[in-house]
Amino acid sequence: MTDILQVENLGLHREGRDILRHLNLAVRAGEVHGLLGLNGSGKSSLAYTLMGCAGYTPDVGHIVFDGRDITTLGIRERARLGITLAWQEPARFEGLPVAQYVQLGLPSPDRERVRAALEAVALPPNVYARRAVDHTLSGGERKRVELAAVFAMRPRLAILDEPDSGIDALSLADIGALIRRMAGEGTTVLLITHRDEMTGAADRASLMCQGTVVWSGAPAEARQYYSTRCRPHIDALGVQPWDEKLPEVRAAFASDRSTAP
Amino acid sequence: MSLPTSHALGGAPGWTREFEAILEAYRQGGGDSNALQVPDVATLIVSANQVLVAHGIEGVTFDAQELPHGVKACIVVAPHAHIARTVHLCFGMLPAEGLQEIIADYEIGAGAHVEFLAHCTFPNATRLEHRMEARMHVGAGATMKYDEAHFHGPHGGIVVRPRAQVTVDEGGQFITTFSLTHGRAGVLELDYTIDVAARGVAEMTTKAYGIEQDAITVRELIRLNGAGARSLAKTRAAVRDEATSQVFTTTEASAPDARGHMDCTEIVRGQAEARNTPVVLVRDDRAQVTHEAAIGTVNHKELETLLARGLDEDAAVDVIIRGMLR
Repeated sequence: MTDILQVENLGLHREGRDILRHLNLAVRAGEVHGLLGLNGSGKSSLAYTLMGCAGYTPDVGHIVFDGRDITTLGIRERARLGITLAWQEPARFEGLPVAQYVQLGLPSPDRERVRAALEAVALPPNVYARRAVDHTLSGGERKRVELAAVFAMRPRLAILDEPDSGIDALSLADIGALIRRMAGEGTTVLLITHRDEMTGAADRASLMCQGTVVWSGAPAEARQYYSTRCRPHIDALGVQPWDEKLPEVRAAFASDRSTAP
Repeated sequence: MSLPTSHALGGAPGWTREFEAILEAYRQGGGDSNALQVPDVATLIVSANQVLVAHGIEGVTFDAQELPHGVKACIVVAPHAHIARTVHLCFGMLPAEGLQEIIADYEIGAGAHVEFLAHCTFPNATRLEHRMEARMHVGAGATMKYDEAHFHGPHGGIVVRPRAQVTVDEGGQFITTFSLTHGRAGVLELDYTIDVAARGVAEMTTKAYGIEQDAITVRELIRLNGAGARSLAKTRAAVRDEATSQVFTTTEASAPDARGHMDCTEIVRGQAEARNTPVVLVRDDRAQVTHEAAIGTVNHKELETLLARGLDEDAAVDVIIRGMLR
């Protein structure tokens, strides 16, 4: 299986801090690739950088999509190549009906596809299609609409930033099933999460800590590493404490070590 | 000329071509032309200065007179009449040039309940002026909903001057929406004054979208004169290219427990200019009026979300603006 996305030595400096550094990542075509990391590890910043969002142009490194260097392309150009992003906290749109929003990314009107997408995220079309994508939707409903919009597009690469956050536990199975369904339709999925159970939907996984990817491999192993709170990374990196949370994290790691079987 | 109530389905053969043409324009503007031809729907259709249809029903009467450049119409809703189906008004003008002046007198009897949908259709305007001078009286305990939607052509050669003096009696409700979001706005000079008596309610929503050299001016004055009167003035305007938008909203509260709120959002793009001037005047220490205003470009996150769906920036901005104006 070939890599559809290659990230090489990526570095991003923002607001006086190194957000991403020496980041390498390979995502194979057609796979669901889980990206696990603690809050603040740089996962969302990586998502914005891959999508080409304003303010997230890398200082060093390259992003290669399907053999083409897209590092300097804007967000829309990347979207035209088949990349899209489901935001962790999706925007709200006053007055824009759900069905129209889901339809926006499709090349031509397709009511059946919109209906199927809403059903895939357990939002009954007859209840939600005409509602606005605004503040009247709960956070969980808005997240599902976002996932429906991405699913409907059949993108080549879907970057899902914490699709499980704000959604009740009962729905996690729905989200996992949706992600597998996307892969079944040919979409490569980069599944960004800090909940290790979500890696159950992944074919491979990477572990992210302190702005870089420290390990890639089988999801079960990633989950194992992650459940011990990124200990391998901290040990290997000998990290310089540029994150003020680091002492707290280290203390937690130390605690894990002392109680680990 | 005072016309008896009649219906297009029943005759006026000399106007058939004009009637068909205005219906077509109505359809193209997004209106449901079938609704204009239903016997139990009160309907008034005016093309230029011709009254094509003045079809009253029980509880709703029209008295329409043709003027040299328009029509004078009295619309009366009987006291305590509850009109089940929306009253349709259609004002239009098919020629590219000219003047249409509508002088309208709405009398909503005490305790009545009625909804109006007014379509103003000017598909070919290149040098045309549409004026409306309306007096609206909402009787005690009555409810009047009045939605006015404009459908203009692509040329921008139109001047629209809707002016209304509205009086809401004790316990009455006046809820209105003015929308000019289809086609070129041209020059819009909207001017509404609403007086609200005790426990009365006034809600006014104005939506306009200007492009190129369109010029939008919205003046709204709401006077909360009676105890417990309530009002909401909501304005949504978007301008791009070199268009301008000026919103002047004033709410005066002069009685105990009067409550008013003004909410203005304007989106500005390119070389366009948007201005909001809210005025709050309170004359009773038990009254309260609040206002909020936001003027700026489209929300960055909304824009990036749509770009990530593959829309180009112009299309994305249009989606955001049209959503706001919906």
